[in-house]
Amino acid sequence: MARNFGFAPIKGRVIDFDRNDKRVFEYVLEREPSFALCIGCGGCAATCSAANFTEFSLRKLNILIRRGENDEVRKIVDRCMLCGKCTLVCPRGVNTRNVVFLTREAFEEFDNYAI
Amino acid sequence: MKLEGKKRIWSEFQKEIPDDHFFYVRSCIRQSFFPGSEQFFLKVLKEDLGKDIFEDPNHTTCTGIGYHGDVVQFDTIQTVVARHFALATEHGYKDVVISCVTSFGIYEEIIETWKHYPETLEKTRENLYKATGRVFDVPDSITHSSDIIYKFKDEIAAKAKFPLIDHVTGEPLRIVEHIGCHYSKMFPKYGVGGAEFPHVLIGMIEAWGGEVIDYPERRHCCGFGFRQYIVQANRGYSLSNSRKKFVSMQPYKPEAIIANCPGCTMFMDKWQYTIKEMDGMTYGQHGQGIPVLTYEELAGIVMGYNPWDLGLQYHNVQSEPLLDKMGIKYDQEEKYLTKDGKKLPVPKDLINA
Amino acid sequence: MHNKEKHIVIIGGGTAGCVAAGRLAREGYRISLIEKDKKPGGKINNWYQLFPDRRRSVEVTDYINKEIDHPLIDLMTGTELDKVKYKNGKFSISTGKSDLGQADAVLIATGFDLFDATRKEEYGYGIYDNVITSLDLENMFHSGDILTTKEEIPKRVGIVHCVGSRDEKVGNFHCSKVCCVTAVKQAIEIKEHIPDSEVFCFYMDMRMFGPYYEELYRESQEKWVVNYIRGKVSEVSENIEGRLVIKAEDTLLGKPIRMEVDMLVLMVGMQNAKAGLNLQDKFGIQTGVNGFFRIRDNHYGNNLSNVDGLFYAGTCTAPMNITDTISHARAAAVEITEYLSKN
Repeated sequence: MARNFGFAPIKGRVIDFDRNDKRVFEYVLEREPSFALCIGCGGCAATCSAANFTEFSLRKLNILIRRGENDEVRKIVDRCMLCGKCTLVCPRGVNTRNVVFLTREAFEEFDNYAI
Repeated sequence: MKLEGKKRIWSEFQKEIPDDHFFYVRSCIRQSFFPGSEQFFLKVLKEDLGKDIFEDPNHTTCTGIGYHGDVVQFDTIQTVVARHFALATEHGYKDVVISCVTSFGIYEEIIETWKHYPETLEKTRENLYKATGRVFDVPDSITHSSDIIYKFKDEIAAKAKFPLIDHVTGEPLRIVEHIGCHYSKMFPKYGVGGAEFPHVLIGMIEAWGGEVIDYPERRHCCGFGFRQYIVQANRGYSLSNSRKKFVSMQPYKPEAIIANCPGCTMFMDKWQYTIKEMDGMTYGQHGQGIPVLTYEELAGIVMGYNPWDLGLQYHNVQSEPLLDKMGIKYDQEEKYLTKDGKKLPVPKDLINA
Repeated sequence: MHNKEKHIVIIGGGTAGCVAAGRLAREGYRISLIEKDKKPGGKINNWYQLFPDRRRSVEVTDYINKEIDHPLIDLMTGTELDKVKYKNGKFSISTGKSDLGQADAVLIATGFDLFDATRKEEYGYGIYDNVITSLDLENMFHSGDILTTKEEIPKRVGIVHCVGSRDEKVGNFHCSKVCCVTAVKQAIEIKEHIPDSEVFCFYMDMRMFGPYYEELYRESQEKWVVNYIRGKVSEVSENIEGRLVIKAEDTLLGKPIRMEVDMLVLMVGMQNAKAGLNLQDKFGIQTGVNGFFRIRDNHYGNNLSNVDGLFYAGTCTAPMNITDTISHARAAAVEITEYLSKN
């Protein structure tokens, strides 16, 4: 059926904002309005023990949620150990710890979640 | 969309295109894959328009494939191009017309380098003289052959037998134009209409009665790239870029794609075949592919040339749906016959065949 | 010699020119205030509300009009400077209409021009419907309707920062300073007009330099959920439904982003006004690398030109907000007063 040419199309890297599912974003924002205040400074990630040893970054997580890049969110959201240091650091007063909680909750809420 | 805005940009990017006495340099890809295009170009200029156009059999590849594939150095390609200029000089020509967009970009890049770093010109003169004993003048003008057809588009329109119109409904045909990146993205000032809204092919399509489609990925590169297609494993990159364009143009139901670059024409044609073989997808109407033509092939069918003399049968996506729309009669029996009546092997699995 | 025997010509009747005229008139100088437009006030006349407090711009216009309501100010609207002669520190000036006689000092307050958005071809201003400038949007606020060309309420609006600023391609290296906060202000105003719309600001850096600007930025996020994407829009096109398709990089994720919007607002930057640049040869003055008039000292001579008796006020020297323009104009008045008391 599908012929093998020794190469294959590449999945695009572009964030397709119009197609992405923003339900997780809406879920988190509604329950934690401080989520909207992130300015991407990265203070959270700099102090994070998970970010120091894995690909996890709370700054990135925040933006991924906003853009509806949920596959990637799902990959990293469990790496947070909920110590709360990021919340202490945040200059904008984002309740980062709760953002992680709510994101996990949203994935549970939208079980059978299809993108 | 406001046409006046585009017209304003077009008026800002008008280049001077010489009128006569051209030194023609061919394209490696085009003379192999679309040989009818270059033949048509020479024939139309000489016979229909009465121009003086000269080509020298000593002309070689510009080595652009090697240059962009990282195996030919800049010093080397400058010397090769200087040799072409020497051939033009020897025959008394000052205006070079280039069939290939890659070569066109390279010639421009070299001439601009010489302007900004005159020592590189002196070094090239020395290299060429040492290697071949030849000397050269830098040409007065560098023109792409699509610029020439653009210049004479109205003369061609005056001779049109089959304008780009649906012969049944009388509606203009919807045509996608695709400009090779190296035509004007490197030096917008050298492209008719600039880089964002190039006019070179639009001018032809509109002059010949068609309607141009401006779709979201119009400016996107076809993905060709010498580095990608030379290495088989990398071709997925090239393919994915073309597919991005096909998906974006599909809703507009284009009847044809016209390109001015050898690589774009070849790959936008061949990738449609590849994609169909891989996952069965096509992007034209009624499950068909979208024919991809060079601007000379398009001019040729508009002027009533025999499509098989133009070489349309050598594409992967066959042009019959377009020819039918235009009301052009063709003989299927002649399609794969040589001029002396020999039967050529018929390719398998062509699209629209 | 008494002050009123001294004559000052001020070129430009915008914020800077008017504020300086008022100050100097109250010092007792005779002022000729030349304005090329039909009425004074300059660019502020086009604006609907002002940042950071979103007061109506007419309140500031009223202040400016009161400033120039003085018997010693001769306001000449619809007038442009024609000829200048400079001899022994005195200027002989004529407009196309009349001879203004001798001036003891001249103040250039010719302001700025908004960047011509058609020069950024990739954004398709003047080509794609619904690509508009920040000024066009202010006009919509004036009319009360924010509508697409199809007369529909936009559901999603994109805002592009730095159009014609910080951009070598158009020859403008400088930051126009006020566009970031204008974007924030306009984003809030869009949300006020159309509460269920989405607004996306595409920025390179958020430069909230003035008092209460950062607070406004915060309010836009907290109260209005305006979205900020760090990345310059590189290309705009139109899809088959007539929606705009924009390409940018979400630089904080390191990924390209593609998005459809119903309206795209270009935050056009500031350039030295053409009307000001036309004075260059007449007065023998110079511009800096940013294209604005070159001041004599960056720290303590920012109203002084290279010509004795010739002064600058306002955005002809650099992009400024209204607050700074007013301060700069008042400072010019102090400089001129000091100069005239010595000469």
